[in-house]
Amino acid sequence: MIQALSGQLLLGLINGSFYALLSLGLAIIFGLLNVVNFAHGALYMMGAFAAWMGLEFLGIGYWWALLLAPLAVGLVGVLVERLLLRRLYGLDHLYGLLLTFGLTLIAEGLFHHFYGNSGQSYPVPGALQGGFRLPFMYLPIYRAWVVGVSLLVCLASWFVIEKTKLGAYLRAGTENPRLLQAFGVNVPVLRTVTYGFGVALAAFAGVMAAPIYQVQPLMGSSLVIVVFAVVVIGGMGSIAGSIVTGIGLGLVEGLTKFVYPEASAVIVFMVMALVLLVRPAGLFGRER
Amino acid sequence: MNHPTRLLAAAALFALAAPASAADKVSDGVVKIGVLTDMTGYYSDLAGPGSVLAAKMAAEDFGGKVLGKPIEIVSADHQNKADIASNTARKWFDEEKVDVVADLVSSSTAGAVMPVAMEKKRITLLSGPATTAFTGEKCTPYNVHYTYNNWMLANGTGREVVRQGGDSWFFITADYVFGKSLEEDTSNVVKAAGGKVLGSARHPSPGTTDFSSYLLQAQASGAKIIGMANAGADTVNTIKQAKEFGITPNQSLAGLLVFISDIHSLGLETAKGMYLTTSFYWDLDDATRKWSKRFLEKHGKMPTMVHAGVYSAVTHYLAAVKAVGTDDADAVIAKMKATPVKDFFAKNGQIGPDGLHRHDAYLVRVKTPAESKYPWDYYAIVKTIPAAEAFPSVEAQKCPLVKK
Amino acid sequence: MSRGRSPAAWGYAALLALGLAAPFLVYPVFAMNVLCLALFASAFNLLLGYTGLLSFGHAAFLGSAAYVTGHAAKVWGLPTEVAVLLGTAAATALGALFGGLAIRRSGIYFAMITLGFAQMIYFLVVQLPWTGGEDGLQGIPRGKALALLPLDGPLTMYYFVLAAFLGGFWLVHRAIHSPFGHVLHAIRENEARALSLGYDVARYKLLAFVISAGLAGLAGSLKAVVLQFASLSDVHWHRSGEVVLMTLLGGMGTVLGPSVGALVVVTLENYLAGAGSWVTVITGAVFVVSVLAFRRGVVGEAGAFLRKSFGGVKP
Repeated sequence: MIQALSGQLLLGLINGSFYALLSLGLAIIFGLLNVVNFAHGALYMMGAFAAWMGLEFLGIGYWWALLLAPLAVGLVGVLVERLLLRRLYGLDHLYGLLLTFGLTLIAEGLFHHFYGNSGQSYPVPGALQGGFRLPFMYLPIYRAWVVGVSLLVCLASWFVIEKTKLGAYLRAGTENPRLLQAFGVNVPVLRTVTYGFGVALAAFAGVMAAPIYQVQPLMGSSLVIVVFAVVVIGGMGSIAGSIVTGIGLGLVEGLTKFVYPEASAVIVFMVMALVLLVRPAGLFGRER
Repeated sequence: MNHPTRLLAAAALFALAAPASAADKVSDGVVKIGVLTDMTGYYSDLAGPGSVLAAKMAAEDFGGKVLGKPIEIVSADHQNKADIASNTARKWFDEEKVDVVADLVSSSTAGAVMPVAMEKKRITLLSGPATTAFTGEKCTPYNVHYTYNNWMLANGTGREVVRQGGDSWFFITADYVFGKSLEEDTSNVVKAAGGKVLGSARHPSPGTTDFSSYLLQAQASGAKIIGMANAGADTVNTIKQAKEFGITPNQSLAGLLVFISDIHSLGLETAKGMYLTTSFYWDLDDATRKWSKRFLEKHGKMPTMVHAGVYSAVTHYLAAVKAVGTDDADAVIAKMKATPVKDFFAKNGQIGPDGLHRHDAYLVRVKTPAESKYPWDYYAIVKTIPAAEAFPSVEAQKCPLVKK
Repeated sequence: MSRGRSPAAWGYAALLALGLAAPFLVYPVFAMNVLCLALFASAFNLLLGYTGLLSFGHAAFLGSAAYVTGHAAKVWGLPTEVAVLLGTAAATALGALFGGLAIRRSGIYFAMITLGFAQMIYFLVVQLPWTGGEDGLQGIPRGKALALLPLDGPLTMYYFVLAAFLGGFWLVHRAIHSPFGHVLHAIRENEARALSLGYDVARYKLLAFVISAGLAGLAGSLKAVVLQFASLSDVHWHRSGEVVLMTLLGGMGTVLGPSVGALVVVTLENYLAGAGSWVTVITGAVFVVSVLAFRRGVVGEAGAFLRKSFGGVKP
């Protein structure tokens, strides 16, 4: 029993770190730009597809894809911000959400048109194949890699935002953009960079996911509302909050899959409703 | 007017009247076939645009006309939503003079359309849906369940795998009606063949991409066979992750509902060794190869059994219309049930009084990359299951319409 | 509230005439579907456009009412009106429960709580045996109106639905153009100020939520009887997203907007049914364009245009 449980908890941890990575981008975009980026799931999907297309058409392997795919998709994000999102700052959250929802539909529809739905296969890179024979389960090396990298990227992002000067500018830009601009900081560029970074994080998660989940147009659509729930539970202004919550929820979901699997898709929402009723701005957030 | 002229006039009138009465026999002057399928969602690759193409090929090959009237193929996307399917079918029957609906793909959409078709007296040709009860307790007088059903899958894969030594099973099941009934059917077959069912895990669908937790439970159970009572992206992800977690050398996967499109997207390296049952394989013989290559040219991918089933069903329908001289549903369906099906799709096909098309099925094993010599060379035929064994008997189905 | 024969009254009269003639102009089931969704969107707009609360889980009310009505009509054999009332009552009760909890929060948190509740309803519907899972609840009988007129014919069913729609729409109209509606408007503009003026803001919000939920339930109940079918897509979060699109497209702060939006969306879906993946792309493009250039929606833009051209006051 302990054996079975340990295995499930470890899997929960792996999934949790993945959720943390995904929700990080979303939390950054909401925390610093006040945009509810519903396109996060589609951007994740585009990252995975970028990795696949890089391999299929240009022979670019996994390791380069980890760098290039987020750059490519990040560029798309930058374009979206400059041409479309920029016009909505100052308006209600609702519009940003609706716009990004519309963009999601466009992206999913286009990819579906060209690539159908069964999905494409992306191989696990050679160096990461195989696994560790733990006493309670077989742990694929790739999964261990996912945990490691996710946590590293999360910590690095948190550090940059909370502890560096660049991060200070970003946070100041949320509080009082005009004052920051008066100090000579180019706030619009800062905003664009932030959105691009959040998008790149989503795409990065997509590349990480490509070897383990089939690369298909709808791969982000069921994930996106879960990731939203994670960010909301953690507190929409808090970077650390979404990281911790992501991992925590991965564990909760893992336990649910073991005890009552039918509920594993809805448990996140139950937790979210409970948390929001007790702590209004999420576990770590500040109400705006 | 004198007599000869009157006679001539009468003869002319008579000549004009004759084709008019033949035209009355084909409602609205056209035989319209509606392909209602999933064009954009989870089942679009195994059915979808390929099914529409198959129907069009059937119409073309038939000559484009039947009884002197044109054959028209229309199509619509039901997005796997039962209410869209029901509304579209209703509109087709009421407003657009559609005579027959084909494909439908999923059991929920078929279940929604069949009562509407029965009310309006139109034929439904099911190619994708799996629910066995469609020709059992839910049977309708105008329904033909053409390509496969859950019973065929459960018995084909379940019984044969147990016979080959896989006598302990653990199920990973999609938590909805289709998955649960497939799990139930297969469990019954496994137990009847002397095997044991050690447990099952039901996952939400859609909404699950990570199956590692369920695979771990399957591994812990020690079962020899992991039965996947799910379909589409769920199955593909389960198989992929089973390989990743090293499950496959010690335990075997049994794909209860797998299509060649799934194998194509997975790749042989991941899918090799898996057992599955199918109604059709493109590389079976010369006839199947000939048709499939034509399909490949137009579609870019080899046909799944659903595609081949649509072609065959539509052809069989048109032949029946021609034979009885009308497209009236009662006459045509009677003729379809009376005529055996002998084409590249079904060697010994017979549509029973309950509407179930009983034909040969094939237990296959997915080849290893080394065994595969050319593109799409994916299956090795393990056994041909004759029609009488592949499908439940009329008595077993207990369709209320069939008189004892 | 109209001063003599205002342009608005003429406008409504014209629309009423159109509504009465509709089943002769278009496919009746299509028209009925539009009416049900128009009622749904109008109910939703009471909350969004007039109270400023964005709910992401309104499908829960539409769908649960549909299932309750369907079960009542099919399994319990209750007369159609009773079944519809039962469904509406269920949605209203659910609205009171969810609303009571959700309105404690605001903005995006409110939206996410409603989404969470809706997901729980979805889960419940999948698990309960009598809902039929993904097959849905089929074969719901249409029954008879007032135990006299059989509703199987499209015309009688249509006028039944039209009557119910007009009732619901009138309720929305009254709610908006009443002191209650003015307080809602004040809450939307500046909640803190409304609170400081002594209004029990929470109670007003809750009441708006409950009315909105109940009318959404009415729409769902009617839909179940018209289509003789209740399915999972009625409780799926895509349906909640769809109603937001209808309201946005039609015009959020207007009375007629949501109905127009419903008409546009249903027509688009019908017209594009054969277009495959392009439907998704086009729907997305419509969203994007509406948000960027067209925020007042069809009715909003039309109203602004008329105001500019004729200088009159529009309600």
